Amino acid sequence: MLRGLWKLTWIEIKIFLREPLGAIGTIGIPVLVFLVAGRMIGRRAALISPAASSFIGVGLPVLASVLIVIGAVLSLVTIISIYREGGILKRLRATPLRPQTILTAHVIVKLLLSAATLVLMVAAGKRYYPVGIHAPLAGFTMALLISTCSILSIGFLIASLVPTARFAQPIGAVIMYPMMAVSGLFAPVESLPLAAQAVAKVLPLTYAVSLLEGIWKGDAWWAHAHDLTALALTFIVCTALSAKVFRWE
Amino acid sequence: MHPVIQVSAIRKTYGSTVAVDDVSFEVKDGEIFGLIGPNGAGKTTTMECIEGLRKRDRGTISVLGLDPFNDVYKLQERIGVQLQQAQLQKRIKVWEALDLWASLYHRNAIDGERLLEQLGLIGKRNAWFMTLSGGQKQRLFIALALINDPELVFLDELTTGLDPQARRAIWDLVRGIRERGKTVLLTTHLMEEAERLCDRVAIIEHGRIIDIDSPERLVKRHCPERTVVLATDDRSAAERFRAIPRVDEITCSGSQFTIRGSGDDLVTDVIHCLSENRTRVTDFRTILPNLEDVFLKLTGHPIRD
Repeated sequence: MLRGLWKLTWIEIKIFLREPLGAIGTIGIPVLVFLVAGRMIGRRAALISPAASSFIGVGLPVLASVLIVIGAVLSLVTIISIYREGGILKRLRATPLRPQTILTAHVIVKLLLSAATLVLMVAAGKRYYPVGIHAPLAGFTMALLISTCSILSIGFLIASLVPTARFAQPIGAVIMYPMMAVSGLFAPVESLPLAAQAVAKVLPLTYAVSLLEGIWKGDAWWAHAHDLTALALTFIVCTALSAKVFRWE
Repeated sequence: MHPVIQVSAIRKTYGSTVAVDDVSFEVKDGEIFGLIGPNGAGKTTTMECIEGLRKRDRGTISVLGLDPFNDVYKLQERIGVQLQQAQLQKRIKVWEALDLWASLYHRNAIDGERLLEQLGLIGKRNAWFMTLSGGQKQRLFIALALINDPELVFLDELTTGLDPQARRAIWDLVRGIRERGKTVLLTTHLMEEAERLCDRVAIIEHGRIIDIDSPERLVKRHCPERTVVLATDDRSAAERFRAIPRVDEITCSGSQFTIRGSGDDLVTDVIHCLSENRTRVTDFRTILPNLEDVFLKLTGHPIRD
């Protein structure tokens, strides 16, 4: 059923690395920015204020992860729409390749790139940021994988629907960035106005942030059962919908 | 022998536009069959319904004994497709594309390297798709259409946008596909291409088939006109030409005569008349109608982009 998946995934990775600025833009720049910021404030953060220290301890890893995931979603949406507009999807359709294989290949590429970015950030940043010492890394990785799959599935749905490549990036951004505003990334959801809290409750990113922060702080999985349910539901609904509305051309 | 493709009374509409209307035809094993007509006539839609890429609204299609829409995955194993205006990833290499395609089919793929050699692409095997010329891209698409050793090959506007030299090279390749015993269904709006390649053609306009036959027979059936152009200083020749049966019109400018008539005998009769009277001729040529003229006659307008 997923015939050709590994070959396609491998080819897509190679194609990505051949893009001008592909690897540098996606992996290099975030790591670099992280390092520069770390040099400037990292070690002194704990001395500045307890709030700054707590941000670096919990907020930062979650923020960095979510930003990387959102970046992956936007680039997935853009690639699929470019492939559609260029007739590449149509050409692939005239082979026994299934749509889910194409999407899965791109998701794997995005997961690998996100993972590479995060690993490099952790490796490069641990000199400056006193984080992650007590954090359950395996659990966090698992939570991140679940969140990423769920959020990427929103990306599928957008990718299945956007008409042209020119619209893909802006539409993706218009959907993804406001979700971040109320997700609890920048301020706790409880501190938001009631209306915004209501909005936050129906957006899947809120649950991803809650899960990631919770697991990072050492919460048990069962304490986040409703987050997991919400993320799973998002994944199922978005995947099913995008399979229905997916357009090849 | 059972036909490879059997299309009967299919119809396809997009909103209120009827793209294909009551189209029926059969393609026999081992022939090159062409759907010809101007752009927008419904050729590509017809072809994509047969490939299983589009769902017809009405009618039945059988391809290699399968229903193309319901059995699309089974069918795709056995056919090769080249699409109009298709692209690949800009930075995919030629050999990677072939390798990927070869991995998609259950049946054994044929040797990609040999295919590249036969198609004159071996020197480009490590080139990115975006760096290939138009002709090279088309040859790669032919390679991809052949990689699964299909029984039936679809070629949609294969040479559009290519220069005459590249076009001729591609024609040779298509004849090569037939020589391998495969059946070919192609579309083209180039009448010369249809005349040189196709064993039989269906002329399509406004979504309907106007006539189906071999190019020669279509010309014979619809355009019996023959024209002889000759040059002679013999002023009295015009009178004698007028006596030839089935001559409709003679025009004369300077020493050049244009004799129009109909029927296969016209040319013989003119030659006969010239030799009987020992007329001295300094130029002699015939103008025979072609598919382009057939199209003009059947539709009332010339075929053009």
